[in-house]
Amino acid sequence: MSSSEKESKSSGRDASGRGSSGQGASGKGSSGNGGGWSERTRARSKSSLFAAGEPMVWLTGGALAACAFMVAGLLLLVLVKGLSTFWPASVIKLETPDGRTYMGEVTREDLYRPTDNVLADLDGEIARKAALEVEEKEGWAFRRLVRTGNFKLTQNHFSWVNEWEVAEASEPEWAMVLERLEWGRFYGFPEAFVLLTPISERTADGQGRTGEERMAEALGLVEELAGQGAEVQLVDDRFVNGRRGPALVDPAESATVQDLQGVAQVFRGPEQAWAKFQELHKESRQRWHDRRRLEKFDTGKVNHKQEEARLAVRELELELEEASGTAGEPDVRTRLADAEAKFEEVRTWADREFTRIRQEIDAINHENSRYQILMRTAGEGTRPEEQVLLRLDDVVRAYPANRLGWVDKAGIYLSRWSEFLTDEPREANSEGGVYPAIFGTVAMTLIMSLVVVPFGVLAALYLKEYANAGPVVSAVRIAVNNLAGVPSIVFGVFGLGFFCYVVGASIDEVLFAANLPNPTFGKGGLLWASLTLALLTLPVVIVATEEAVSAVPNSMREGSYACGASKWQTIRRIVLPRALPGIITGMILAIARGAGEVAPLMLVGAVKLAPELPIDGLFPFVHPERSFMHLGFHIYDVGFQSQNSEAAKPMVFTTTLLLIAIVAVLNFVTIAIRNRLRSKFAGGQF
Amino acid sequence: MKTDVNASSASEIAVAVKAAADPNDPIAAISRGETLPSEVHKSLADEEAVLDVKDFRLWYGAAQALYDINMSVPRGKVTALIGPSGCGKSTLLRSVNRLNDLIDIVKIDGDMVLNGDSVYGPGVDVIELRKRMGMVFQKSNPFPMSIYENVVYSLRIDGENRKSVLDEICEKSLRGAALWNEVKDRLDDLALGLSGGQQQRLCIARAIAAEPEVLLMDEPCSALDPIATGKIEDLIESLRGEYTILIVTHNMQQASRVSDYTAFMYLGRLIEYGATGELFTRPHLKATEDYITGRFG
Repeated sequence: MSSSEKESKSSGRDASGRGSSGQGASGKGSSGNGGGWSERTRARSKSSLFAAGEPMVWLTGGALAACAFMVAGLLLLVLVKGLSTFWPASVIKLETPDGRTYMGEVTREDLYRPTDNVLADLDGEIARKAALEVEEKEGWAFRRLVRTGNFKLTQNHFSWVNEWEVAEASEPEWAMVLERLEWGRFYGFPEAFVLLTPISERTADGQGRTGEERMAEALGLVEELAGQGAEVQLVDDRFVNGRRGPALVDPAESATVQDLQGVAQVFRGPEQAWAKFQELHKESRQRWHDRRRLEKFDTGKVNHKQEEARLAVRELELELEEASGTAGEPDVRTRLADAEAKFEEVRTWADREFTRIRQEIDAINHENSRYQILMRTAGEGTRPEEQVLLRLDDVVRAYPANRLGWVDKAGIYLSRWSEFLTDEPREANSEGGVYPAIFGTVAMTLIMSLVVVPFGVLAALYLKEYANAGPVVSAVRIAVNNLAGVPSIVFGVFGLGFFCYVVGASIDEVLFAANLPNPTFGKGGLLWASLTLALLTLPVVIVATEEAVSAVPNSMREGSYACGASKWQTIRRIVLPRALPGIITGMILAIARGAGEVAPLMLVGAVKLAPELPIDGLFPFVHPERSFMHLGFHIYDVGFQSQNSEAAKPMVFTTTLLLIAIVAVLNFVTIAIRNRLRSKFAGGQF
Repeated sequence: MKTDVNASSASEIAVAVKAAADPNDPIAAISRGETLPSEVHKSLADEEAVLDVKDFRLWYGAAQALYDINMSVPRGKVTALIGPSGCGKSTLLRSVNRLNDLIDIVKIDGDMVLNGDSVYGPGVDVIELRKRMGMVFQKSNPFPMSIYENVVYSLRIDGENRKSVLDEICEKSLRGAALWNEVKDRLDDLALGLSGGQQQRLCIARAIAAEPEVLLMDEPCSALDPIATGKIEDLIESLRGEYTILIVTHNMQQASRVSDYTAFMYLGRLIEYGATGELFTRPHLKATEDYITGRFG
């Protein structure tokens, strides 16, 4: 009290000493006459704009709004594009005055400036319309990008059609969209459904038909089909439309040769053909899936067994090399002989199995080749209408786009989503599903979290709880923080050089010597990718954990020590539980960072198309050494490495949407866990 | 006896300043850097000591915080440490269970003896030592776990996991801390959900759960309102006799209310130490009288 009194006294003295200039300053302490008051108010109002903080509110709020706008814009773009990709569009048919036709789905519409050259090349009716349009739109013209499909016939997936070229635009009722396993989409009209009689089927009198009889009937069929408008004939025993064109003369269709010599039942007309298609398509696809399973899993299993036996022999051969000249040699020799005998046994068994599988596949193929649909194209550009026979099992999905109601469209939309989420990719990833990529992404992220969280937490605990503060700890901390700034591709290079070529190669030498020179772990794979990303996200976890541990009040630690707890007991029972929500925040950040990372993965194991998942039914069931697919890499691949980039573009958005959704789900799960923990150890402020 | 602290006025301060200038005054002597023996009342000689502090000195880095402290804490009694802020009472208390070890720059000299065992001797297991004492802090610090787990914490870390034992001790300690009736139905609730006063009593329950030989309290009521303070004081009253309590307090009324013995510390020295009644009514030293009557500090 006395000191403050003294101070005020001395300040008063100072003020009087400084004279009039100090008057304002001393005014705050003591009295304030009328003049002093107004002076003070005015002095404040001069600086009040910024002092009051009004502009700062706008500045900060504006910055936030800008951020929110950009993020929301990005998300909205991805959301709209991603969600609309699978909605079935109607098929339109555009006809030009000079007799060209384009039929397909409109994927894009835009205004462009046609160059004079383009306009000069036009003539007749079209030139007149073009000039009119360009004049009306002041140099601009409207055009549509039509997905015309039928790549095998036209070598073309998309065509730009100018508005001035269009004499007539229509939505033909029976225009169908066929999504095929290969060669992209097919647009056309259903002409007939062809159900071929199996070759073994006998007539009512119990007699198989002769070759001539079948040939005669086949010719009858050809005539019948030819009546539909296109030229159909038998060439080289093959049923080909028109000429020996690219549509049918294809090894894949060679299996149909025999059958086509048989007799077919033909259901003519779009209604009948479509009805029959719907009736038989599902089972046809089911058989195709069966065949695929045989090709993939059953063959894989046999291969695996054979490979195992081979490796056993090879291992013993290596052992023999080592043991030669020692006492163990005879023993190894007998074991090698046993293994060789076993290998022979397995090989004969495998040959038998392969034959059996081959036969089954052939049978399915044979059966599936019986179901075909005859489609007529609308003709693209100057090409005439053509007839094409398509095998049912080659068609993934078909629908008469312009006949669909709202509910049917929704059904197709959902079926495309379910294919996208659960199936494998086809058509160089631009069609089909991304299930392997989803699996790879989630598996990699989980393994990464399992590795990075314990490591990061232990490291941070040592830094915070055990290490004595000093230059070394500071250096380590700076190094860790700088690690976060290293370009991620550098981690990829490190992962490849260290994990794959050093660690992986060493593992191969010790454990998988028999498999050399084929690398097992000595190449990119799920495990190495996860470890690389763990390294990449380590700083995030360490920093977050350090923060969380620092936030644990010292009084709690002291309380624990006072109860006789050791350092580790205090950390385990008090510090860690209390810091757990913060640690999990670090984990969330690490997941978000890791799941979205692509660059390093290209070097350490993400591939365009992984033949097998890292988990399957073959011992040891989990194969962390396998390369894998990743959504982020998939986006890059589909977007920039695809030859049909226009068709792949929507897939980029859909895959992006999916990746964002997966990251969001992983985050929500972790946040839910964190909130549970936080309520358990309330009072945390993260 | 009740001291009227509010009666201090400018004239009394002048008296205090004058007293400080007196060459015979211990405060002035300390200010000059002289060492003085503590004034220890004879009444303490009759008591059996649980804890003996022997020539204890402590430094924070280069700054000495405790000078040649010699005092014995009598068994089953409440001993209060009073003195102005920074006089070293909390440091002395934290030295008893060696919590100051956690601070790197602390150096000590001298020793303490807890029931015949050296506290600072070579080879002493600090963790075992701390288990023989309980401590209650200025700010309640319940652990981030349930009420039940808080109370049995010291048993858990000792590896005691038998439910029956833990249940029994939990109830006994909570009853001992006069908290049982308030929390018996929500033992599994988070301790952080209790009120400030309840939290502090929980900390006391936790401290007495391990049957400590001495219970250290570092200003246990300074963060509490008068009602909660009253409850804690009643609790200390009820623990008297069963436990030996060494309590640091800023509040002289509290010291006079709850303690049997009071030690007055100043600038790291133990100035006067004796039975509370005697110290507050007939202090042997002028400095003590000045402090308890609020003339300085």
